[in-house]
Amino acid sequence: MSIERLRTAVGHVVLMLGVLVSLFPFYWMVVMASNTTPDIFTYPPKLWIGSHLFENMGKVLDNIDFFGSMLLTLIASLGVTVLVLFFDSLAAFAFAKYEFPGRNVLFSILLATFMIPAQLSLVPQFVTLAEFGWIGSLKALIIPGAANAFGIFWMRQYAKGAIPDELISAAKVDGAGFFRQYLTVGLPVLRPGLAFLGIFTFINVWNDYLWPLIVMTDPNRLTLQVALDQLNGIYGTDYSMVMAGALMSVVPLIGVFLIGARSFIADLAAGAMKF
Amino acid sequence: MAVTTKPVTAVTAASHASEKPPNKYRQALPQYLAVSPFFILFAVFGAFPVLFSIWISFHSWDGIGQMKWVGLEQYHYLLTDATFWKTIGNTLIIWVLSTVPMLLLALVIANALHNATRLRTFYRIAYFIPNVTSVVAITLVFGSIFSNNFGLLNAFLQSIGVGQVAWLTSPWGIKIAIATIVTWRWVGYNAIIYLAGLQAISADVYEAAKVDGASPRQTFWRITVPMMRPVILFTAVTSTIGGLQIFTESRVLFGDTSSIGGPGDAGLTIVSYLYQSAFIKNQFGYGAAIGWALFILIVLFSIINWRLIGGNDDERLTRRAARRVERKIAAQNAKREAADVH
Repeated sequence: MSIERLRTAVGHVVLMLGVLVSLFPFYWMVVMASNTTPDIFTYPPKLWIGSHLFENMGKVLDNIDFFGSMLLTLIASLGVTVLVLFFDSLAAFAFAKYEFPGRNVLFSILLATFMIPAQLSLVPQFVTLAEFGWIGSLKALIIPGAANAFGIFWMRQYAKGAIPDELISAAKVDGAGFFRQYLTVGLPVLRPGLAFLGIFTFINVWNDYLWPLIVMTDPNRLTLQVALDQLNGIYGTDYSMVMAGALMSVVPLIGVFLIGARSFIADLAAGAMKF
Repeated sequence: MAVTTKPVTAVTAASHASEKPPNKYRQALPQYLAVSPFFILFAVFGAFPVLFSIWISFHSWDGIGQMKWVGLEQYHYLLTDATFWKTIGNTLIIWVLSTVPMLLLALVIANALHNATRLRTFYRIAYFIPNVTSVVAITLVFGSIFSNNFGLLNAFLQSIGVGQVAWLTSPWGIKIAIATIVTWRWVGYNAIIYLAGLQAISADVYEAAKVDGASPRQTFWRITVPMMRPVILFTAVTSTIGGLQIFTESRVLFGDTSSIGGPGDAGLTIVSYLYQSAFIKNQFGYGAAIGWALFILIVLFSIINWRLIGGNDDERLTRRAARRVERKIAAQNAKREAADVH
């Protein structure tokens, strides 16, 4: 028994060490954001949280349009998330629960699109969007990502198991058309799946860097990630200010994640097991 | 959906007889509409650009002026371009330096998580947080930790007498720094997936192994690893695809220097080179050609992964192992029943 107990204790020590490594960069971000730059550049370095956090945050707001960028990022993330949830769940509902000619072919095509790396079409996508006149506008951030294969595949797996056929036939007997069946039968049952896909999509759009770097060419309309990178590029010598900016950009997202973290992690793992 | 209402009344039967059979495509119109947004968006922003990129790659083009047909010239140049080969080397080295420790650590953590009964939710969230954190912000933090003169890591190394390492200016230092960031972000994600895989293996199997007197090491290699094969394949494929597309880490680390790949281009990845060629140097044709090279590499490595970890032969082996275990359980249950009788 004591060997069992020792093993458990060792397991916890290993896990706690891992947690320390996992969380240390966040602590260090706060340390740097709350000290002055000269303090950071001393040897031995300051290892504790300082008292200059608000001063550094103020400097971030003076140097870049932080809240403007945050609002832009928020609109893009929410826009993509809402559209993805609607389009993906609607398509998944049709794929999972209805027979129609060409269904399997269409679904195979959808799966095949997984194989195409996003960077392959980076150049022509940019050219296409330039042709549309969308470069620099929110449309470039929102529309191309408004429906995706991953979400449809994931929601379809979810819908297959979660929506009983009987409910759909009952709705049909009541004279409900397809769209009404989706609204009254599909959506309520799919809600937990939507929560996962929603958080997943929101986080990905919020954190995306390469695409907004290319399409948001107006320096007054940058997403948070690109603005943060610019803050570093222009004022990189003011470490503590840059770190304050990094901290401000990270906190809201971690907040969003923590709200749904528990079921989000479980859903993600379950999804990976289905591949 | 094979749901039909059973009692066919005389009225509906009559109406069926009088009309032509309903067009099955027409009937499925709502379903086609439901799946159409994805296919329309894919046609415009996915399929068309892919085809268009072949066309672009046969041209010399700055994105604004006239396109000039050059045939296979871009690809020919690609194959002889030392910088391109260097970016493949850089990407592969960073990929190995990050993926190997990442998946091994993930397996260790998943195993520990599997055995832990307390604090499970806390651990999972703590391990997953790096993955939802923005790469830009966290690269800035790691950039300061790895900083040559005032970095935390060098301060630590100096205090224990090792001395300073030129992390962000030496070829290996740069790659290790980038690989560390990637590893840090993805260990927890992979651990969570391995954990789900471990939890899917039934306790009976382990019980049977224990009764047979299998050592922990035997249990791990003969049972855990074969049963986890599909999950390991999933993580290997996703981290290969992700690893070949590394960009943000090196771009943010060296964004304000003259070369986006860092000193000596030691951190220049394939995607960095694509970005640099197309969007900094305005060589759209060459950028498109690099995109195709990347695609071929991804397909190639996915096949290698499949062969090494998945594949038909291996699947058969796994199934055989599973059958062996099943037989053992059956034998054991029989034994247990026999014991119960006595």
